[in-house]
Amino acid sequence: MSSNKKILVCCGTGCLANNSYQVYEKFKSLTKEKEITVKPLVKPTGCNGLCEKGPVVKILPDDISYFKVKVEDVEEIIEKTIIKGKIIDRLLYFDTNTKTKITDHRNATFYKNQHKIALRNIGEIDPSKIEDYIERDGYEALKKVLFNFKPEKVLDMVEESYLRGRGGAGFPTGIKWKTCASYDNFPKYVICNGDEGDPGAFMDRSIMEGDPNTVIEGMIICAYAVGSNQGYLYIRDEYELARKNMQIAIDSAREHGYLGKNILGSSLNFDLEIVRGGGAFVCGESSALMASIQGKVGEPRAKYIRSVEKGLWEQPTILNNVETWANIPPILLNGPNWFKKIGVKDNYGTKVFSLVGKVKNTGLVEVPMGSSLRNLVFEIGGGIINDKEFKAVQTGGPSGGCIPKEHLDVNLDFDSLDDIGSMMGSGGVIVMDENTCMVEVARYYMEFLSEESCGKCTTCREGIKLMLDILTNITEGKGTKEDLDLLIDICHTVEKGSLCGLGQTAPNPVKTTIEFFKDEYLEHIENHRCPAGVCKNLTSYHINQDECIGCGICAKKCPVDAISGEPKKAHKIDQNSCITCGECYENCPVDAIKIGGGIVES
Amino acid sequence: MIALENKIEINLKNTEKILEKYPKNKRYTLAMLQDIQRNYEYIPKEAMYEVSKYIESPLNEVYSIATFYKALSLEPKGKFVIKVCNGTACHIRGSDKVLDEIKSSLDIQPGETTEDGLFSVEIVNCVGACALAPVMVINEKYYGNMTKDKVHKVLEKIRRDNNEQQ
Repeated sequence: MSSNKKILVCCGTGCLANNSYQVYEKFKSLTKEKEITVKPLVKPTGCNGLCEKGPVVKILPDDISYFKVKVEDVEEIIEKTIIKGKIIDRLLYFDTNTKTKITDHRNATFYKNQHKIALRNIGEIDPSKIEDYIERDGYEALKKVLFNFKPEKVLDMVEESYLRGRGGAGFPTGIKWKTCASYDNFPKYVICNGDEGDPGAFMDRSIMEGDPNTVIEGMIICAYAVGSNQGYLYIRDEYELARKNMQIAIDSAREHGYLGKNILGSSLNFDLEIVRGGGAFVCGESSALMASIQGKVGEPRAKYIRSVEKGLWEQPTILNNVETWANIPPILLNGPNWFKKIGVKDNYGTKVFSLVGKVKNTGLVEVPMGSSLRNLVFEIGGGIINDKEFKAVQTGGPSGGCIPKEHLDVNLDFDSLDDIGSMMGSGGVIVMDENTCMVEVARYYMEFLSEESCGKCTTCREGIKLMLDILTNITEGKGTKEDLDLLIDICHTVEKGSLCGLGQTAPNPVKTTIEFFKDEYLEHIENHRCPAGVCKNLTSYHINQDECIGCGICAKKCPVDAISGEPKKAHKIDQNSCITCGECYENCPVDAIKIGGGIVES
Repeated sequence: MIALENKIEINLKNTEKILEKYPKNKRYTLAMLQDIQRNYEYIPKEAMYEVSKYIESPLNEVYSIATFYKALSLEPKGKFVIKVCNGTACHIRGSDKVLDEIKSSLDIQPGETTEDGLFSVEIVNCVGACALAPVMVINEKYYGNMTKDKVHKVLEKIRRDNNEQQ
């Protein structure tokens, strides 16, 4: 048996929710208690990506991965796999694409198509141990930069790589850095935007939790290149574990001489401080975030002067997103040409997507830029849950758009997504199926944005609210055909009249759903019917008398006893007492329950 | 909603201790208020006065921060704060059903606290555990892939454990 046996237990937020910490502790205590000739090293790691199948346990160097591991399984794993080298079939990953069980998770379709740069260390290291990071080339880029390159050379390399900001807008990082470096105004600040607020995106959280040192290293390199001595990490209020792991990493980086005065004996002085966000979505916007760090209300300002010139405390400031920072060390270590070999023209490298919604394999995925959406959803994601029909994908959070079936072959890169009216955003990919109502989705985003609008610009504050009212009316069956024109009109006004990205992009969900799913809007307006069965007022359920097998499951599930029928005979729903909760529809084993229109004719 | 304020005696000593940790600088207003929120589980009016005095800023500035950020609350919250995630992934996977179950089993609306002061319910936008949608978070513990039945069991267990402790 090998002497460097390791047991890696995923302790990302997803796995923790399924008691992975208890699994980790059980491994720790049992490996101590039991007589094992060569004691394996037990380590907690960051997120492995496939959160849905967690807790994930990896055994190295044998490359055995177990999924959905429970505390009760730990003893068996030690007895059988660690001591006897046998594989426990039950805990292996079942690949829904190839219909096989897989021993090494890297061979699964979910992982095979991935290319990891930003997530390269996550799941492989204990994020609280800086030594683990160093062992995997950590801080090598910093050393190379500090002692071999002048700041100008670093700026050139980042520009040459054509790395674009991973936070959403895709602005070239090198140009941002060069502009900031050109100002002879000190002090300068370096900020990490860890205020990940787009619903459906959690890659930044995963990086901060699972590999905090890569963010720190990226920021130190930038500080050296632009001439800054102080940096801030603005981390979302909700991300407790990210803040904790980041603080541990900052403290140990300081102990190891990577932060503080005269870093690694050079003349560079740089230190970092964590600022905890206050739970306001708009603070993900750069100028609002800076206001928040300064102790003000997080309202954006007009950006006639960019923050690279006058940002935090009116000083030149570089602000990049977590994932962007994680890309910096590998780019400087391997050179811009290495980076440009990955991805497509003007969109080099990889992008992390959070693949969620009605897809079989949900989780974090890192693929080369320019991969097709179809590949992401149907190969890596394994297709739609219960093999239902794909309807749309929503990318880019509330600022993005809905992409319909016709565009499934779109390339996932900044420019291609822009071309079809959506956007990359931070990389949330929310898959929707036939049971998702697109009108309701648009309404949902307007509700979200109306709550999160800071209220400074009238068009954003009032316009979004107005769109929300109109969309609510449509979902309740009170819409008119003229509403659609009015919505488009308001979209233009909000876009043109708002100061920051939140307002300017807020109409996107409305615009794209009207463009691609107009029929669904019209079905709500003209026929008072919600085809997806989501809008309660516009939905009724009927049992197809020929298809019903009379199993009685629906009658048992019905919370208001609206379903009756004799065993083995077709059942019926009493429309007067039905509350259209959908329990029967979801639980029917033969799909005999059909969705009808809202107004019940009897 | 019921006012718990009269039941809680505001111990300003804790506020003083919190403020001492920070330099007298406006920059730390949000951080101070977050610590106060953690200590009292809301922002008592008296504590806001103390912050205003400490950083030598008008009370309205402290108040505007206390009301702008969602992490802060001017209303006392229950011992267990249930956050129902309504991020997009949770929303399309049925977070409304999770909320319905909580509302009906606790007989409160989002933003309210149960009469015994045990539970508060809030709707939040994405807690970043989208792969486990729909998700709810109770005092920092995440519960994934929620169904009506699971919600019911979790709430029952918390109530039982709480009764046993007392």
